[in-house]
Amino acid sequence: MTWSWDVFFSVIPLIFKGLWITLGLTLACYLFAAVFGFVWVFLNRLPWRPVRWLFGWIAEFIRSTPPLVQLFFIYYAWPMMPVVGVSLNPFVAAILGLGIHFSTYMSEVYRSGIESVDKGQWEASTALNLSTRQKWTKIILPQAIPPTIPMLGNYLIIMFKEVPLASTIGVVAMLHIANDYGAQYYKYVEPLTVVALFFLLLSYPSALLINKLEKKYNRRFDKKTLA
Amino acid sequence: MSSLPDIFSAVAQGLGITLQVLILSIICASIIAFVAGLSRVNTNPLVSGFTGFFVEIFRGTSLIVQLFWFSYALPGLFNIHLGSDVWVAVLAISLNYGAYMSEIVRGSIQAVAAGQTEASIALNLSKFQRMRHIILPQALRMMLPEYGNYLIQILKATSLVSLIGLTDLLYYGNIYRSTHLSESPLVYVLLLVMYFIIALPLIFFTRKMEIVSKKGVAS
Repeated sequence: MTWSWDVFFSVIPLIFKGLWITLGLTLACYLFAAVFGFVWVFLNRLPWRPVRWLFGWIAEFIRSTPPLVQLFFIYYAWPMMPVVGVSLNPFVAAILGLGIHFSTYMSEVYRSGIESVDKGQWEASTALNLSTRQKWTKIILPQAIPPTIPMLGNYLIIMFKEVPLASTIGVVAMLHIANDYGAQYYKYVEPLTVVALFFLLLSYPSALLINKLEKKYNRRFDKKTLA
Repeated sequence: MSSLPDIFSAVAQGLGITLQVLILSIICASIIAFVAGLSRVNTNPLVSGFTGFFVEIFRGTSLIVQLFWFSYALPGLFNIHLGSDVWVAVLAISLNYGAYMSEIVRGSIQAVAAGQTEASIALNLSKFQRMRHIILPQALRMMLPEYGNYLIQILKATSLVSLIGLTDLLYYGNIYRSTHLSESPLVYVLLLVMYFIIALPLIFFTRKMEIVSKKGVAS
């Protein structure tokens, strides 16, 4: 097997089509994880200690077991379950599986943001007789979320690199196209290299952008503490 | 539920490979992380630039893509035969996570207060002594919690090796499922529980290290 530039250039348009699917899936998974992450935050703040403890361990369980096995569970095992079993198409299964996996990480980000809000803010908003809903939407969340933006951005890049897992349950995105091509012509290296290059071309500039954001928010933080 | 012992005995055949890949990857990734992390804080721009380039390549592409690339390209393109697929998997996982972990090493070394470097220069310590006795001991403590987190990530990554044909836990789970379709939920739940049990010591290590790293540090 030798490297062939002809193959390399001919698979670029083919893989490029898969790039849009990979990007779309990344975005869908990310949105699901970002929204679902708040559910964990809510469960974590319930007033009953055993319930908090239980959901804490469930989140830990989801976080520390392989997302690939979770994908297989949702795609292959869920339809076999009695009563609640339904077949899912690969896209929905991937969004659910990766989304739930990463929501446990997102909730940690939110939690660190909420914990960074000064305690006095809670006391002051209670003193002003704000309702629970007003406290969260007007006082706490506007202060808790902006400092976590760089971290949230980081997870978007991480998610982008985890989405190829979905090729194992048959989502025809970049990696799946590359593997199919390899199986057909017995040329794996060129298409896989194209996939790797696409990943690099997208994730490296985004990482630089996140670094810039991080510096921006750090600087603002410094100014605030100096004043 | 009588099939649970059957599933367990089928899946457990892969436990050896999973643990083998996990332990080898942890060792290799840690070595790579230290070498790359220390090279990146090297004052020679050639050394730090070159290492930075490699770190960005392995961080910027997906692990699953690297795994496939290594398993197809190393023997075909470069005629490199590592002996067994276990080493291909270990190579891919440890280069990927070594790259991520080298950033923790670099970050913690740079987070040690500049006054420590200045003081050790004033004490006429050599560059090596400064790193060995002053900077690294302080940096190590800072990097421990993140290090623990990455060990759990490496455990999760070992499940990917079934995709290149290694006979790990997930591989035997998939084989069992293909012949006992109705028991699929049980198979994957058991697999998840087994991965979680392997992860438990790493989770407790990480929590312990979070406490250790905060001890005695002015907040």
